[in-house]
Amino acid sequence: MSAAGATTSRSVRRVWLPRLDAGDRLRAVIIAVLLAFIVIAFPQLLSGYWVTVFTSVTIYAVVALGLGILMGRTGLVSLGQIALLALASWVGARLFFATGLPFPIVLLGSGLITMVLGTLVGLPALRLSGLYLALITLMLAGAITVVLTATNFPNGGGGFLGHVETDRGAAAVRRPAIAHGDTAYLRYTVIVAAILFLIALIHVRAKPGRAWAAIRQSEPAALAGGVNVTLYKMWAFALASFLTGVAGGLLAADSGQLFITTFPTSDSITLLAVVLMGGIYSLWGAVVAGLLMQFLPALLNNWGVNADWLTIIFGIGVMQVLLTAPQGLVYQFPRDMAKLGRRALGLVGRVRQPARERAG
Amino acid sequence: MIEVKDLTVRFGGVTPLDHVTVEFAEGTNGLIGPNGAGKTTFFNVLSGFVRPQNGDVTAFGENLLAMAHFRRARWGLRRTFQTEQAIEELTIFDNVLMVLEHSSRDGASSREEQVLNAISFVGLTSSPYARVGTLGAAERRLVEIARAVVGKPRVVLLDEPAAGLPDEETQRMGGVIQKIPQEIGATVILVDHDMSLVSACCAKTAVLDFGKLIAAGDTSEVLRSDQVKRAYLGADAEVAAA
Repeated sequence: MSAAGATTSRSVRRVWLPRLDAGDRLRAVIIAVLLAFIVIAFPQLLSGYWVTVFTSVTIYAVVALGLGILMGRTGLVSLGQIALLALASWVGARLFFATGLPFPIVLLGSGLITMVLGTLVGLPALRLSGLYLALITLMLAGAITVVLTATNFPNGGGGFLGHVETDRGAAAVRRPAIAHGDTAYLRYTVIVAAILFLIALIHVRAKPGRAWAAIRQSEPAALAGGVNVTLYKMWAFALASFLTGVAGGLLAADSGQLFITTFPTSDSITLLAVVLMGGIYSLWGAVVAGLLMQFLPALLNNWGVNADWLTIIFGIGVMQVLLTAPQGLVYQFPRDMAKLGRRALGLVGRVRQPARERAG
Repeated sequence: MIEVKDLTVRFGGVTPLDHVTVEFAEGTNGLIGPNGAGKTTFFNVLSGFVRPQNGDVTAFGENLLAMAHFRRARWGLRRTFQTEQAIEELTIFDNVLMVLEHSSRDGASSREEQVLNAISFVGLTSSPYARVGTLGAAERRLVEIARAVVGKPRVVLLDEPAAGLPDEETQRMGGVIQKIPQEIGATVILVDHDMSLVSACCAKTAVLDFGKLIAAGDTSEVLRSDQVKRAYLGADAEVAAA
């Protein structure tokens, strides 16, 4: 290539690298401060009930992150993520009861085993896409739920299934020695989730993330660019399943005793709705999705409102997001707040702007 | 040098490519023909998206059809698509890097340098770190060309790279395409309906009509030939294919 090109490029690079580093550094500092607040101060402010709610929020944010990787980044629709979470909880609980391994190792094992299982579930994705893939994953979710209803979750019993019917023999999944209490366990969960978000971020910013973006744009164009589409689709399923697997391990130790009623198949669809609302292209969207899925029902319960209303609210919410801000609430909220602020400032002596300007 | 021998593709009762035998020399080659002539199908055979019923494609002495589709990029085959396929969410830099990191054959110069060179080769004036979603149509098309020329490709297939662009942008695009053989060292096959672009860029041109090769040779002669004019003016199949 031309020598002139090379010189221009060097000057461009000098301009660019510090700029990006500064932005990234600032972002990292903000996130670190936020994380420190959530880990250190936040649990102190919460009563017992809200501590468990926010533990669930954190766990479901990780599950939402997995779906975001599949759908937002790679364009693979999955309606089976909650069933996969149930499977992961089963695996996690089984590992906790079967081994005396340290808690983090069991989490890792739960993640890796679920990764293998989830990737197998993802095999149809290599041939299917869109509605058909959604249907297949929903069917698989149903199948997993049926099987887990029959086998129940491990509670300290013997044999492969590890389940005893009587209350006498039943035991709770243990928590890490350093995080027995609910507050300590919330902190533990947030730290594990932060590590998982970091793993996802590294993937998205690196070669796999670019390959996924290419696949989502167009499979033929990705192939023409040399992307091994099969490999990277499997990779997306593997990462999403790993994240869900670790979340399942966390959930097992969070609830102690697991029941299939925690994982209704319809929750997989709700998860898709909240992920869409939160923002499917953003890692922050997964945090919002976790809040919508676990915090909002708890809030309604607290107010004495039937949480079934959420199905309707989420339905309207998804429609609202798809129509006015396909990128989700994480983009829409700051944008609308900024707009509101500008409007409030410019209100004096001004003709009011139409309420809903076209999204920029 | 790309040699195509007796290439036939059938989809049920349709024969988009019918015993096509043609050679593409080094430099920039035109491939023209009315809509439905089989140009894109031909590109799809080269890319590996369509398996031909019959025939061989040899490029620089290697049997192209024996390679898995995604490996052809690593071998040195690149293409663009009729509908522009630059990835909106990624930056220009990441768009080009994506292709380079999946198809790179040599580690001679740093990847960053290769990517920036490809971007400056196509003459993009926006910052390389601008998101493609913020660019206009012409610039997105240039991003696609940058993706096609990064990492020393051997063959670059351009499928209507100037479709939908205004005249001055088409000219700019033509200038970039003309530089590819010399500066990148790749053989180019250009499909386009814009005859001024084809004659500006291509010394040689092949013409397809209803899946058959009806003319090949020097671009000016080919464009003057009666048969080609008939094909473009919409004469019926028998006359055109005779």
